[in-house]
Amino acid sequence: MTATARPALDVAAIRREFPILATEARGRPLVYLDSAATSQKPRSVVEALSDFYLTSNSNVHRSVHHLAERATTAFESARARVARFVGAPAPECVVWTRGTTEALNLVANAWGSRNVGPGDAILLTEMEHHANLVPWQMLAKRTGARLRFVPVTDDGRLDLEAAHARLAERPKVFAFTAKSNVLGTENPVAGLCRAARAAGTVTVVDGAQALPHGPVDVTALGCDFFAFSGHKALGPMGVGALVCRREMYDAMDPWQGGGEMIRRVRLEESTYAEAPIRFEAGTPAAADAVALAAALDFLERCDPAAVHAHEVRLTAIAMEALRPLGVRILGPEDPADRAGIVTFDVPGLHPHDVATLLDGRGIAVRAGHHCAQPLMKRFGVVATTRASFYLYNTEDEAAALADGVRAAVEYFRR
Amino acid sequence: MNRSDAPEPAFDALYRDIVLDHYRAPHGRGELRSVSARAEGMNPLCGDEVDLELSVGPDGRIDGVRVEGRGCAISVASGSILHDLVSGADAGGAQRILDAVKAVLHGGPLPADPDLGDFEALEGVKKFPVRVKCALLPWTTLDEALRDLAARRKA
Repeated sequence: MTATARPALDVAAIRREFPILATEARGRPLVYLDSAATSQKPRSVVEALSDFYLTSNSNVHRSVHHLAERATTAFESARARVARFVGAPAPECVVWTRGTTEALNLVANAWGSRNVGPGDAILLTEMEHHANLVPWQMLAKRTGARLRFVPVTDDGRLDLEAAHARLAERPKVFAFTAKSNVLGTENPVAGLCRAARAAGTVTVVDGAQALPHGPVDVTALGCDFFAFSGHKALGPMGVGALVCRREMYDAMDPWQGGGEMIRRVRLEESTYAEAPIRFEAGTPAAADAVALAAALDFLERCDPAAVHAHEVRLTAIAMEALRPLGVRILGPEDPADRAGIVTFDVPGLHPHDVATLLDGRGIAVRAGHHCAQPLMKRFGVVATTRASFYLYNTEDEAAALADGVRAAVEYFRR
Repeated sequence: MNRSDAPEPAFDALYRDIVLDHYRAPHGRGELRSVSARAEGMNPLCGDEVDLELSVGPDGRIDGVRVEGRGCAISVASGSILHDLVSGADAGGAQRILDAVKAVLHGGPLPADPDLGDFEALEGVKKFPVRVKCALLPWTTLDEALRDLAARRKA
């Protein structure tokens, strides 16, 4: 995918759909460079959310009345929308969750508890978000399984040789991110899934950062599970999904129990609904699911490949402007391999101070460990500053970042 | 893009010269000859860690404070000021200073007694609620170190 192969996004038109981008922060025009934490929401998503509550609100999969039917239809169409967006063969492959974190916990419990036992290996990587570490640590503790890790190279990529060597040891499961939330690194998901399958290893892909920023096709990737969050992809907070290869359902036990996920309940025991409903106990975030479908509509209209190319362009501008300032940029050198994410360390300046001073110019960035403390340790830092771009950011904003960092350095030199 | 390079006046209230002086050359970084109590603090927001050690002399006064760890300007300056304020106090006096500092950071006015010295320069942090945790970090660690001291005395 190259920056020139696609028509450029009409960023000005896109920005008009995001009213928040026209607001001010600390008296300056807002420059929102924190989309990797959560994206802003276009009008159509907010309207889908309010429309649901104003015109269709009812519990789903329960009553027979008109509104219930409306709500259920909208909710299930949203499921189909997700399946289409990620290239899943059927809507039934999509389990609604609160987000990536819940999706990963679901796999670690519903699949993990049945299939992982004492001495089994769980393969992870050093670049995982805490959400793809902690549930597996908990599973390992519960079952007596061992945790193994694919190391990260100095330029912020997975050590593929080590990955293949670890896979040759036939771990039960390999859970890894498609795109690092810190380094921006886009991992070779399809190749890793192929190697895992050859080893008889189940694959769990954390797609939280990949899905919002480029095309995703779970069938082509060949993964068993794919987790993502709506809120990083223009959708509302509190909804996401676990996309499952259908065969995996046979290897999973129900996780949370309650309403909706049952077939028949007796006082002493119950039978369960078919998947995916089996894994959706309780009233789901139906309005959020419907709004997520609107978000995916928006993304598709913009063309995920064009979004990716736009982010590569902004990343290149930001990296080029930051380099002369003597900052250390973590992750791959090539902007094409890290679309949208620039994480850096300013020698002698703490990320909190950098972020506070950028904030004074209306620029929102993330400062901290980005929920990836082991990765921070790997690179010998406690915390870093992360700027992240999305389809609504402009080239001027990418340049403003470096201006702000330069001013911060000078401010502390006073 | 038309952006003034002058920082917001609010930032000068946050990063006062006294604060930056403490940040650039923090006090209390030397090794202690003996350690009477210690504690580790962490800000889960950024992963910053503080190691705090106290040594207490035969007269019950704190005669050594070591504050170690990487942090932002606010937390480093706060730790440096902690060293200055707590040195020479006994456990009760240190607790009184600690309580006063916490009260100020939680929105209270600067007290006349105890005298909080350079800490007055950190008052501006109140305008930045997410940064209050940075200023608090060394002090919540002191809280634990004082509890450690009490526990060791009992033992």
